[in-house]
Amino acid sequence: MPTKTNDYKRAYIWQLPIRIFHWVNAWAITGLVITGFIIGDPPGIISNKEASGQFWFGYIREIHFICAYLLIAVMLLRVYFAFKGNKYANWRVFFPFKKEGFKRMWHVIKYDIFLQNEETQGSPTGAVGHNSVAAASYLFMFLMALIMIATGFAMYAPNATWFLPKMFDWVVTLVGGDFNVRIIHHFVSWTFILFAIVHIYLVFFHDWLEGLGETSAMVSGYKFVRTERVKKEQEENKLSEIELTNQNSTQIKDIN
Amino acid sequence: MKSKDKVNETYYTSIERQGYNRRDFLKFVAYIGAYMGVQSSAIGQITKALETTPRLPVIWEHFQECTCCSESFIRSDHPIVADIILDKISLDYTLTLMAASGHQAEAAKKATMDKYKGEYILCVEGSVPIGADGNYCCIGGRSAVDILKESAAGAKAIIAWGSCATTGCVQAAKPNPTGAVPINKIITDKPIINVPGCPPIGEVMAGIIVHVVAFGKLPELDSAGRPKAFYSKRVHDSCYRRPYFDAGLFAENFDDENAKKGYCLYKVGCKGPSTYNACGNMKWNGGVSYPIQSGHGCLGCSAKDFWDAGSFYSRDASVNAGSIEGNADTLGKIALGGVAAGIGTHAILSNISKRKELKNRITQATENEKHLDDL
Repeated sequence: MPTKTNDYKRAYIWQLPIRIFHWVNAWAITGLVITGFIIGDPPGIISNKEASGQFWFGYIREIHFICAYLLIAVMLLRVYFAFKGNKYANWRVFFPFKKEGFKRMWHVIKYDIFLQNEETQGSPTGAVGHNSVAAASYLFMFLMALIMIATGFAMYAPNATWFLPKMFDWVVTLVGGDFNVRIIHHFVSWTFILFAIVHIYLVFFHDWLEGLGETSAMVSGYKFVRTERVKKEQEENKLSEIELTNQNSTQIKDIN
Repeated sequence: MKSKDKVNETYYTSIERQGYNRRDFLKFVAYIGAYMGVQSSAIGQITKALETTPRLPVIWEHFQECTCCSESFIRSDHPIVADIILDKISLDYTLTLMAASGHQAEAAKKATMDKYKGEYILCVEGSVPIGADGNYCCIGGRSAVDILKESAAGAKAIIAWGSCATTGCVQAAKPNPTGAVPINKIITDKPIINVPGCPPIGEVMAGIIVHVVAFGKLPELDSAGRPKAFYSKRVHDSCYRRPYFDAGLFAENFDDENAKKGYCLYKVGCKGPSTYNACGNMKWNGGVSYPIQSGHGCLGCSAKDFWDAGSFYSRDASVNAGSIEGNADTLGKIALGGVAAGIGTHAILSNISKRKELKNRITQATENEKHLDDL
């Protein structure tokens, strides 16, 4: 007889557009950071070729701009799905600044800084989607991305051939000159690097401790939840069946 | 001193009287029109305006400045700029160049201000100190703030010459002991044309004056109040070394092989990519050269707060964050080290703190594994 273990059910948490957003965003940011550092401090290359035969720095900048547009495109997609997606993708998730939200944030922090351990393993009460601290950090990064877009387009505006980047030339006046725009752009880019490291570490940390598919969820969309939680939800669903008939939220699938 | 009977004289009349013939005049119009960036069809309009417009009364105030703007202006490479535009436009009052001095000069200014109330153009060179009740800069016993407010009250428009008057320049750089401010911090109820640069290009200055005269209105301004005709492009965008930038060929020192080859000065702190000016096209001293052409990066003299915005010879500005000072990359690396150390510590502590939880899970899972039938 095996030791008594918990029963889990598979739940579809991250819809396809959310996953597309995540990975395009992740690779765009990676590209932006790498090319950004090269643009900020390009390597000095000694070359015998004429300048007319070379364009590598131009291509680096082009990659930077392409990645920037990709980032904006998937950001718009994400904002759309903050209204159209399931409840785990909803915009309300990212504003946990209510009494209940702060309580949950404190719970996550306590757990992460070893003030408290879960009594039973497998996170019976923890967040299924973004935990509150993570959600708050994504809101922060969303704002940082807005700063990067505004300052980036402000620097891009003089060379821009269409209206969108040109809409940001007020940023230059606001922060007092192009040089300040550049410094802000450079500083804020570091928040993305630091965020990415902490984000990846905490994903691994929670996956390793809880074993609920935290990491693979962003590939497959599925996470595992304790069976009793699903039952509870199914009862709730029965109560409000009519409301939920057309909803695509929480498609619970049995693992068996 | 300018006598009042010459007031209604047109520009063309005074140009003729100076001994220039019509051909010279038309050449000047074509030349300044090209600098202003107007279409060739507008040259007739400028000609007509200069022929028929009476001389524009101008008061040119000097506050905290080095007079480099005036110097640049009188060195515009076309003689008519200096002879006619400067002589005829600004003779009413300009400390450096007028013949009158002392009470005579002040009286002349007062007379112009009274007679042409609401019509004259006020040119301001230099920043205005507002520290210590404005006593750091006094002319004729009156503070610069006072004088500026008085002259601005009756002005039709104000032209702020140079970085001092537009952004404060070196006087307003940290720690700014005199509390120097640009004039748009003091005068807010008049149209102001900002003409930054330390100094601005002489032809730019002449072009702006001719624009005001010829079209009877201010040139089109950008969000920072600068004429779009001269300040809409970055020095970088009109730089003849731009192909080296795109090719990724950079000088790393002023004496290296790449510098000799004339490669891009981006890595030695050229501020061309963040500076809006016409240096790349119009150049200086009659189109002879400009800083980048002489092998020195752009200092960004027409950019806001250029004295405080980092070193002239590096691309990154140091920022003081508490006790640590460094540029974005230094501070970023310190933060990165902190995060890495934190994560390492956290990973180790997790194994200790969560050992019970982990042990349970591992035991259960191992147990399950033993009871699996399949391979």
